[in-house]
Amino acid sequence: MSADGDAAVLAMSMNGAPVRVTARPGDRLSHVLRERLGLQGAKVGCDAGDCGACTVLLDGAPVCACLVSAAQAEGCSVTTIEGLDAYSPNAARLKRCFARHGAAQCGICTPGMLVSAAALLDETDAPTGQDVKDALGGVLCRCTGYRKIIAAVLDAARGGEVVDVVPVAGTAVGARIARLDGKQKLDGSEKFGADGHPADALVARAIRSPHHRARFALGDVAAWVAGHPGIARVFTAADVPGRNCHGVIGAFADQPVLAVAEARHRGEAVALVVGEADEVAGFNETSFPVTWTARDAHTTIAGALAEGGHLIHATRPGNILTGGRVARGDVEAAFAAAPVLVEGAFETSFVEHAYIEPEAGFAVRVRDTIEITACTQSPYMDRDDIAKILAIPPEAVRIIPTAVGGGFGSKLDLSVQPFIALAAWLLRRPVRMVYSRSESMMTTTKRHPAQIRIRAAAGRDGKLLGLDFEGDFNTGAYASWGPTVANRVPVHASGPYFVPNYRAVTRAIHTHLVPAGAFRGFGVPQAAIAQEQVFDELAIKLGMDPLEFRILNALDGATPTVTGQVLGDGVGIRACLEALREPWRRARAECAAYNDEAAGPMRRGAGVAGMWYGCGNTSLPNPSTILAGLKPDGRLSLHQGAVDIGQVSNTVITQIFADAVGVALSSIDLVSADTALTPDCGKTSASRQTFVTGKAAELSGRQLRARILRAANAGDAARIELGEGRATVIDGERRRVLELPTLAPDPRGYVFASEATFDPQTTPLDADGQGNPYAVYGFGGQMAEVEVDIELGTVKVLRITAAHDVGHAINPTLVEGQIEGGVAQGLGMALMEEFHPGRSENLHDYLIPTIGDMPEVVSILVEEPSSVGPFGAKGIGEQALIPTAPAILNAIHAATGVRIRRVPATPDRIRAAMAAEGK
Amino acid sequence: MDTQYFSPRSLEEAMQLAAGGDFRLLVGGTDVYPALGGKQMGGRTIDLTRIPALDAIDVTAGAVRIGARVTWTGLIKAALPPCFDGLKAAAREVGSRQIQNRASIGGNLCNASPAADGVPPLLALNAGVELASVAGVRRLALADFIQGNRRTALRAGEIMTAIIVPPPGQRAASVFRKLGSRSYLVISIAMVAVTLVAGDRGAVTEARIAVGACSPVARRLSGLEATLVGAKIAQGLGKLVQPRHLAGLSPIDDVRATAAYRMEAAHHLVRRALDDCAARLAA
Repeated sequence: MSADGDAAVLAMSMNGAPVRVTARPGDRLSHVLRERLGLQGAKVGCDAGDCGACTVLLDGAPVCACLVSAAQAEGCSVTTIEGLDAYSPNAARLKRCFARHGAAQCGICTPGMLVSAAALLDETDAPTGQDVKDALGGVLCRCTGYRKIIAAVLDAARGGEVVDVVPVAGTAVGARIARLDGKQKLDGSEKFGADGHPADALVARAIRSPHHRARFALGDVAAWVAGHPGIARVFTAADVPGRNCHGVIGAFADQPVLAVAEARHRGEAVALVVGEADEVAGFNETSFPVTWTARDAHTTIAGALAEGGHLIHATRPGNILTGGRVARGDVEAAFAAAPVLVEGAFETSFVEHAYIEPEAGFAVRVRDTIEITACTQSPYMDRDDIAKILAIPPEAVRIIPTAVGGGFGSKLDLSVQPFIALAAWLLRRPVRMVYSRSESMMTTTKRHPAQIRIRAAAGRDGKLLGLDFEGDFNTGAYASWGPTVANRVPVHASGPYFVPNYRAVTRAIHTHLVPAGAFRGFGVPQAAIAQEQVFDELAIKLGMDPLEFRILNALDGATPTVTGQVLGDGVGIRACLEALREPWRRARAECAAYNDEAAGPMRRGAGVAGMWYGCGNTSLPNPSTILAGLKPDGRLSLHQGAVDIGQVSNTVITQIFADAVGVALSSIDLVSADTALTPDCGKTSASRQTFVTGKAAELSGRQLRARILRAANAGDAARIELGEGRATVIDGERRRVLELPTLAPDPRGYVFASEATFDPQTTPLDADGQGNPYAVYGFGGQMAEVEVDIELGTVKVLRITAAHDVGHAINPTLVEGQIEGGVAQGLGMALMEEFHPGRSENLHDYLIPTIGDMPEVVSILVEEPSSVGPFGAKGIGEQALIPTAPAILNAIHAATGVRIRRVPATPDRIRAAMAAEGK
Repeated sequence: MDTQYFSPRSLEEAMQLAAGGDFRLLVGGTDVYPALGGKQMGGRTIDLTRIPALDAIDVTAGAVRIGARVTWTGLIKAALPPCFDGLKAAAREVGSRQIQNRASIGGNLCNASPAADGVPPLLALNAGVELASVAGVRRLALADFIQGNRRTALRAGEIMTAIIVPPPGQRAASVFRKLGSRSYLVISIAMVAVTLVAGDRGAVTEARIAVGACSPVARRLSGLEATLVGAKIAQGLGKLVQPRHLAGLSPIDDVRATAAYRMEAAHHLVRRALDDCAARLAA
């Protein structure tokens, strides 16, 4: 019996070897593994058994290491991802199959998935799909939509003999290669924000407002620090050397690093405590000298808009951050004359990004520069804001993005970075910070809740005549990406259709709630829920097939969009919708037959929805720069600054670059995002990296190729072969060998180098929102087949058929992965995801789809090349999410006859809607 | 902070420690650690996982005795009479494989959540619990043990040692139905457990029906149970359920569902569970 709670030497078998580790017996095993034994392959996503990222084998059985005490592991055998190959005869094969199938995207859930899957295969020779779901049901994944994980595990169970796809030079684009940075995501060695910090780093912990709005007063902080040995210092707003303000859009920047006098939302930081890890984790928060005075808070849009109410920001009258507007034709006249009209009001909820990696990182002061190693989607924006906060030049800030364990938009904004930068800068010691799950959910940005009023009109021939859209978006306490949502939505609220008379007006409205920001689609998914449902109603009212109605009205290259842009090429919406025709006919017939026979409470329905999405910033400069060079040893360096947040830009950009140069992928070394090493490739958002950075990579690659060919005096069609210390250029019968070590290297050490920038052509929008906001749009259509229990209101999605125009699929496997992941998030938004500030700041009250919720996804890749994109490619990251929720809602209507205008369509909401219509 | 952590090797040792008062019991950690959040474990902890006697399942003619530390996985893997099928079905719906491998049945009962997956099926099995302390051993009906939301009859110094299920009738069947907003890792909106015992003439001789997550403590529907006795075991048994049978439930509105929905859903779940159970008995 051990009675000393403070420290004990515990013996256990760790990955097959005996270890003795000093730990408190009540410490979580996950903590012991990561902090005491340096085994950081087990990831901490929730500390509550809700996510399974820390799954390890305890005497062979999968368990969440966050729920096992160190003392309980004493004498046991523990297997982590780092030791899985030696433990499980199935591990190596599983990893190969995961790589081949693209089953790891960001990779944060991958160790937990692999450990759980190995345990399954170790005890079951021929598991069924259901067995796989039961075994992996406890591990959440936010990127993949799970389908490729299931396929990988089943493949491994069948023997999984994998033949790697190795395209020859010039054929990388279009090849289903495994991701190039996959190894570290599969063996547990990948470094995410919470990994790999310096051993001597202090730890930062924020003191946060418990109220939506509160005045606060700090007491005798110095005395408190003096009474807490191990606490190095407490920082407050007064300690910020530069601007105590940051924001992703400079003109709207309004968020303090540490609040002054009043906290504007629950969870806002007012002070930062920094010290030794145990002391920082151990102090009693109630002892901290701060007094709170809760004030009346605006927690609804209506409350914030009420006349005479408190202004959340003195400079923003009416609590309106900003608005957006697009108008074309004469919408009033169109509605006055139109024979067929529908209208509706729709409401959506806060949606949490729920990446499995909470925000984390560390900062180190190196003389007069600060180096920040953290998870982020936007290194250069981080750099510029941190420079202002610390009052140092941007060049004195180095941002080194770690692997990002899911972002989806929220890691565009600063989270831990200002805290660790401030503390490390002033203390001159490394400082780290890891958000808890609740801290992450309480304080980081969400998808905007929307209140939408919409009406649509059509002629008897089914042609759309007009659309009138008003949307209010709850942007929370700070601006974040609220202006972007307000601007992007009016451009997109028509859907991918020709609408001659159009008016869309939006407002972003402040409340005392968590800031809403960027989340996969910047408000467009919310708009699509309204627009695609009223179009369904319009089709039904017209007596038309909903899919044919959409095909009839689909945009083409010659018809103007609602901003007056004529796209010319790359308009694939008709092709996408037409690709759904056969599946749609089959599904509708099957549903009708099922319902005719149905004796019980189950009814089936099919629904369809279309989408479009402009790639890149809206009418704003949007450049990416790619630097590349050939080293004297014959290897190519690709400085690829687009942060890979799981969407696989590291791989896709390299595929494009390889073909542009005309060399094999194996000759390229990737230099990943780091503001000291890679030029600015912009932020990973707006589905712009494949398109914009991909194009820059293509241009840079072609430039490099041209330089090598010129040196060899060869023609454009010549072939380049890179070998050790030499480049061989073969031009027909001619063969010229460049001895690379004999050439003079540039300051970076390259004997040939190239740097190219691409900035897609856009034009500003006028007062009516007319102009060319994007150079390229992605298009898509999805069909959902659902089964509704009409007594319980539960919905099971049976299948999603997703046709997406990606211009040119640079890597079809990875495109499918983006589609399946987008579908999973769309399904969650449709059916279960609703964040309640203060009430669901964990992953058991806030639900995201598990492996059991995801249906089969049939991806149809439509390639309608854009002349602007690299090899014709467009973005797909956000596109896939947009039509899923409206397709599901339309399918629910087909199954039940009720329309759900408030998402998520939870069982109680579906039943209430049915009851209201007497069903 | 006074932090102590004990790993007693015997029940006697554990009871002695517990007699000292002011302690936390730790078994699977699936409720203890989430409640800690980012804090370190303070106070006095008695870890029961080193006591061998607590994880045994004994099936005798007199009763089925389930050690309080038996995990859901342990229960699923145990050879048990068919009337435990409902409890096993509940076990498969607890959290995830990872949770089932750690969480104990005793812990589920002592945590006394209104949404505890183990409570309705054990109520429907007429289970009792065995509580031990230095003062002695006592047994309570499960219905008397759980007294409210997170409130039990556990006295200072007591440790739950076993769950005791009395022998079912010759022909008994049970089912469990859980309703949540997703698959796996989900807290119930409502759940229902049914045990039916069939007599020689194909009629119900005993019915036990419990509904969870619709009141502070899962409740038996005694009116419905009385109505069912004597009813013929056949498809359509569920039609006997009337709204008045559920009148004792008192569901709440929360992030998972409205109270009104829970009442309606409970009704359907009970009806379906009865039909399902009747089908099992008829088979």
